[in-house]
Amino acid sequence: MSRAGTAPDRRSDRPVRQGGGLGGGLGIQRWGHWLANHLVLGIGLLVLLYMFVPILIVVAMSFNQPASRNSYSFNEFTLRNWANPCEPLGMCDSVLLSVQIGLLATLVATALGTLMAFALVRHRFRGRSVANVFTFLPMASPEIVMGSSLLALFVAGGFAGALGFVTILIAHIMFCLSFVVVTVKARLAGLDPRLEQAAMDLYANEWQTFWRVTFPLVFPGILAAALLSFSLSFDDFIITNLNAGQEVTFPMYVWGAAQRGIPPQINVIGTVMFLTALLLVLLGELNTRRRERA
Amino acid sequence: MSDTEERRGGLVGYVLLLPAGAWLTLFFVVPLVTLVSTSFYDPAGSLELGYRVTGQVTNYASVLSDYSEQFLRSLGYAATATLVCVLLGYPLAYAIAFKAGRWRNLMLVAVIAPFFTSFLIRTLSWQLILADQGWVVDTLQFLHLLGEDGRLLATPVAVVTGITYNFLPFMVLPLYASLEKIDPRLIEAGSDLYASPFTTFRTVTLPLSLPGLVAGTLLTFIPAAGDYINAQLLGNTRTQMIGNVIQKLFDGGSYPEAAALSVTLMAVIVVLVLAYVRRAGTEDLV
Amino acid sequence: MGSANDLVLTGVSKRFGSFVAVDDLDLTVPAGSFFALLGPSGCGKTTTLRMIAGLETPTGGRITLGADDITALKPYRRPVNTVFQSYALFPHMTIAENVAFGLRRSGTRDVKDQVAAMLEMVELGDYGRRKPAQLSGGQQQRVALARALINRPRVLLLDEPLGALDLKLRRQMQIELKQIQTEVETTFVHVTHDQEEAMTMADTVAVMNAGVIEQMGRPEDLYEHPSTTFVANFLGQSNLIRGELGGAEQADVVVDVHGTRLLAPGAQVPDGGREVWVGIRPEKVTLAAAGAGALRGANVLESGVVTDASFTGVSTQYLVRMPWGQELMVFEQNTGQHKGFVVGDTVDLHWVPDHTFLLDAGQDSAAGVERETVP
Repeated sequence: MSRAGTAPDRRSDRPVRQGGGLGGGLGIQRWGHWLANHLVLGIGLLVLLYMFVPILIVVAMSFNQPASRNSYSFNEFTLRNWANPCEPLGMCDSVLLSVQIGLLATLVATALGTLMAFALVRHRFRGRSVANVFTFLPMASPEIVMGSSLLALFVAGGFAGALGFVTILIAHIMFCLSFVVVTVKARLAGLDPRLEQAAMDLYANEWQTFWRVTFPLVFPGILAAALLSFSLSFDDFIITNLNAGQEVTFPMYVWGAAQRGIPPQINVIGTVMFLTALLLVLLGELNTRRRERA
Repeated sequence: MSDTEERRGGLVGYVLLLPAGAWLTLFFVVPLVTLVSTSFYDPAGSLELGYRVTGQVTNYASVLSDYSEQFLRSLGYAATATLVCVLLGYPLAYAIAFKAGRWRNLMLVAVIAPFFTSFLIRTLSWQLILADQGWVVDTLQFLHLLGEDGRLLATPVAVVTGITYNFLPFMVLPLYASLEKIDPRLIEAGSDLYASPFTTFRTVTLPLSLPGLVAGTLLTFIPAAGDYINAQLLGNTRTQMIGNVIQKLFDGGSYPEAAALSVTLMAVIVVLVLAYVRRAGTEDLV
Repeated sequence: MGSANDLVLTGVSKRFGSFVAVDDLDLTVPAGSFFALLGPSGCGKTTTLRMIAGLETPTGGRITLGADDITALKPYRRPVNTVFQSYALFPHMTIAENVAFGLRRSGTRDVKDQVAAMLEMVELGDYGRRKPAQLSGGQQQRVALARALINRPRVLLLDEPLGALDLKLRRQMQIELKQIQTEVETTFVHVTHDQEEAMTMADTVAVMNAGVIEQMGRPEDLYEHPSTTFVANFLGQSNLIRGELGGAEQADVVVDVHGTRLLAPGAQVPDGGREVWVGIRPEKVTLAAAGAGALRGANVLESGVVTDASFTGVSTQYLVRMPWGQELMVFEQNTGQHKGFVVGDTVDLHWVPDHTFLLDAGQDSAAGVERETVP
């Protein structure tokens, strides 16, 4: 009895004794281990800092009163840029255009992409694997190639003079689609088919099963896809620039301003974008935590 | 599933697939085909007068001889930036996956946070950071790492820095995704068997994270090779990349040459990617 | 109730491509019974259950419930509910919403009161507002049960419902499930690969293998009188010794086993040739020192050598090598009345002839052997 009782105790304190007894050598090794452990975290945090420096500068410059048109250094603190965000000619129009295109492109791309994701995950048909690879291609093509080939199509089709809102929209929906399909597909593939079977087993017909079980469970994926689409569309420059005709989206406005001299209000818009997105993400995170706790 | 059910499922599948599939065909595949055929047009034509299909490769020959420098530069910059992305991104992804603990989600948000503001604005911000009178240049000059009249802006260093910065999240996220799947007990078992952390990393962690590394490399290299924003905003005329050239040719109305350059870029990328993926041994990437 | 609510499967088959999952199955589940479908993984038991639930369409045959043919009915049109393997609780709904799901679809009134009562019954009265992820495995299991039972199905299907629980909890849930079944008097069809679980809970056990039912009956009957080598080995463990039928002796038959004359009950002589498998359960055998006298009329196999003895607490499990080379298992209760044997001892094996069973020698003596020790 007593032997059986003490044996595990002895075993468990053995490492402690060794650590104390061997002192030096093991201590250095341990210290090295601690360093190795925290070194990675330290480097990681430094890299994160590197990623944030430019954004901090954008925020800081939104409060800057530039000394002259071509001066980029921080001169004087002011709230003027925030008070008159639309002062630079055409900037707010370009933001508005980008928002319009972003919303429309998101709506169409999310709808079509979600349908396609359902087809690829839930249905077995000939050519499914080809379709799967096919959706990846736009993500693996350089933007300049996609943009120039679309332009080549519009030119060859005789629409060179008609470039504008519609052609931008077509292009944006095209490059958002792949991202939507991939995002929704991942969510759908992770959905346990037994959940839908359970709903059917509990007297829900196909329609009720879809709206009460499938859709709510896939919805976070659809929402993520929509947010991704909007940010991709809002931020796109290379493809848009080739197919925009006379229209000027916000990134195109920034591009133009970069050649002429950057109005500080651009940084206001950049800061607002950043904060809005951050707020959305934090709200989403809070919501998940609240739901998990409730 | 019986045969009839399968057929019905297939039909519904096609119906669901149709809108997006048609869109991608019409505005991705058909344009690529048009691009290829445009590249064979006679460059003497114009939009107003129309083009003649030469069926010859003259456009390719001329653009390759005129712009081979920009081509090689693009590939060089993209490769360098990708390498730096691996060096910076791997520790970060590793830290998030294994060391971040309950801060994991926050760090992930931090990784994608730069996306929250515009690509162009972020790049302009680098203009400021690397500016001649900026603190980075001052510090480097103080440390004698940079000569008195040395500069960063308008140099290849600035362009590569910008590319690295802009595409780093594309490296970190896939790396994190594959690192996160590794059972920490495997690494413990590894350090139990191999003792040295480095050997454990080389024999256990690295091979298991290879799919993420390959995906990250492709997601960084491909857009980097086609990018021209960084070269334009942070470089000078001697740091021009192939994207700048294509953009300029299109702007100037030289569609056949621009198309030929685009097709060449795509072809080179496809060849490089295939060779790379085959070497990395992860052909079932998609 | 009577047979008006019996669940009857007639000639039911299911093929997936060229693979036959269920082959021409005939099965009657009496109304109100606790019926277990027992078999190794891949034997077709889950497919059978899914066909009863309507989640799989039979390739052939008919399924009727009382007077109703339900073969082709959609799952949501059948008075049948399922407790799924790993429960399949809706993660986005609260426990109460999960339990109410079926009632809401069928448009029942006073759903709230019924849900509260049902949660009380499974002892989760305070958990209605939680989400499934916040419950333990055992609690989730009870929610799954409540969610199915609240609809008062005519048949409740349970697909390996206890598979995800640890051993202790599984024992507890076995007893609870059995109690609930007695309480609600619904037909339970329980699919499991755990023979002990099936025997503890069910009134009737059907042992299934390779798409067909090997044997069906009360757990005691299956255990004491297995009709195939598969059942003999899958339900508990058996010693199967090659023998040759001799003449009858009153109610018994004589079997010659490697030169030794044994008796077996005459009631269950298999059809076929004179060659048979003579079966005896390890716990029915007693060991005696070589040459020690046996009880009158006992079957005796002499001169075995103990090759392994493992003490398990309740019993000691011996392996005994017989003169013809076969190793037989003997489980002796540790009653403390006689000392155990050690490896190398020469022993005789004794047992009561009534415990002997005979099987067709054409069957594989290793069919259904599970590579794990009986607890």
